[in-house]
Amino acid sequence: MKIKLWINEKEFTDDVSPDIALLEWLRSKGFYSIKRGCETSNCGLCTVLLDGKPVLSCSTLAIRANGKYVTTLEGVEKDALEIGGFMADEGSEQCGFCSPGFIMNVIAMKNELTNPTEEEIKKYLVGNLCRCTGYVGQLRAIKNYLKSTKEV
Amino acid sequence: MKLLFTIDQYVIAESLEEAYELNQSRRNVILGGIMWLKMGKKRIGKAIDLSALDLHKIEEDEDCFYIGAMCTLRDLEVHPGLKKYFNGIIEKSVESIVGVQFRNGATVGGTVFSRFGFSDVLTVLLALDTYVELYKGGIVSLSDFMDMPRDNDILVKIIIKKDNRKAAYVNQRKSATDLPILACAVSNVGNTWNIVLGSRPAKAQLISLRLSESLNEEQINEIINVVEDKIVLGSNDRGSKEYRSILADVFIRRNIEEILLGGNHED
Ligand SMILES: Cc1cc2nc3c(=O)[nH]c(=O)nc-3n(C[C@H](O)[C@H](O)[C@H](O)COP(=O)(O)OP(=O)(O)OC[C@H]3O[C@@H](n4cnc5c(N)ncnc54)[C@H](O)[C@@H]3O)c2cc1C
Ligand code: FES
Ligand code: FES
Repeated sequence: MKIKLWINEKEFTDDVSPDIALLEWLRSKGFYSIKRGCETSNCGLCTVLLDGKPVLSCSTLAIRANGKYVTTLEGVEKDALEIGGFMADEGSEQCGFCSPGFIMNVIAMKNELTNPTEEEIKKYLVGNLCRCTGYVGQLRAIKNYLKSTKEV
Repeated sequence: MKLLFTIDQYVIAESLEEAYELNQSRRNVILGGIMWLKMGKKRIGKAIDLSALDLHKIEEDEDCFYIGAMCTLRDLEVHPGLKKYFNGIIEKSVESIVGVQFRNGATVGGTVFSRFGFSDVLTVLLALDTYVELYKGGIVSLSDFMDMPRDNDILVKIIIKKDNRKAAYVNQRKSATDLPILACAVSNVGNTWNIVLGSRPAKAQLISLRLSESLNEEQINEIINVVEDKIVLGSNDRGSKEYRSILADVFIRRNIEEILLGGNHED
């Protein structure tokens, strides 16, 4: 089936099989920031933004992105570097496997919530799992990042 | 690697009639958010997409909320009107379901039509005056719908009456985003008290009792006894029947107290 969509503002057209996941299709186009984790909708590693909303690309059909705007980590490099910097400062820069999905969801949260409380931050990011470090350093980093965006 | 389920042909239905006709074949499947479908290995002939049928809206008038089948669980969670009603239990019913990204995918239609045993959402909706609009079957109460055998109809929308009932919801999970071990919703309107237990682990069940608007200890115990008598609890790998029974007692009490206190109890 023919689809036309925008990835990080650039137009793409393709003929896709109806049962290919957005994750698979985006990776086939070279967007390797998107990681395949659990594939059971549980870990958040595959998060991308679809018309600005965070979704699990492992659980979204590519066909359903037709006519929409997809944002991947490659399209938000500046924000990603900045958030990554705050994470490094807190020793929570992580393995690189879970970071892209996590950062995409942090960006979605920043766009959606104004001045989120610690509880709201935790609630928004609960669907992003880390298998090896923990969440305390990340939380400190996110708070510092949000604070810095207000200061500018 | 492809998804586990396969789709031969993708049809964006142009009308509910077209979707319904296609759905009569056993090989064809209505797509909600596919969160559940993708866990299976079904070989789908025609995948029927309802996205073009204007079912993404939550509307409200003086009497009711009308929630289209293609609304996502996140839509339910953030809707300002729904947040204000029923002590915010609709938001509470979805907030522990996996994560924001997941809830941006999973739909109301897929959630309600499936009648999953573990559902937080159905537990809460059953405690409210909720109806299901089916394309062929018309409008039926959610409690009747829960007992109807699964057929090939299409869920068009759900309707929740704004009857100003007070409500409360509690659930227990082993970890934040896991399925609930037990879910319990209670609501009160006039002299009627509605108690729902979900994730029993079987599908949510409602008991309605006419007592009085404010309850004394004896009446609360009576409610718990009736529920224990009429709602069967079971065991699965998340919890035993005995554990669920202890939880049910505490949750019913806690929800009733929250309602009697005006709905400000924080668990
Ligand atoms: C990993 C995971 C964890 C979950 N955790 C929880 C939880 O903790 N609590 C909870 O309450 N729920 C939970 N759920 C269930 C979830 O919230 C949704 O209810 C579920 O994913 C179905 O919604 P969907 O839109 O994805 O439906 P789909 O997977 O698209 O469809 C499910 C079924 O409904 C049918 N269908 C879809 N829409 C319609 C319609 N309009 N009319 C008729 N039939 C229709 C489909 O044909 C299919 O048979 C979980 C699901 C998953 C996959
Ligand atoms: S890979 Fe998509 S949620 Fe884990
Ligand atoms: S640091 Fe990436 S999964 Fe834990």
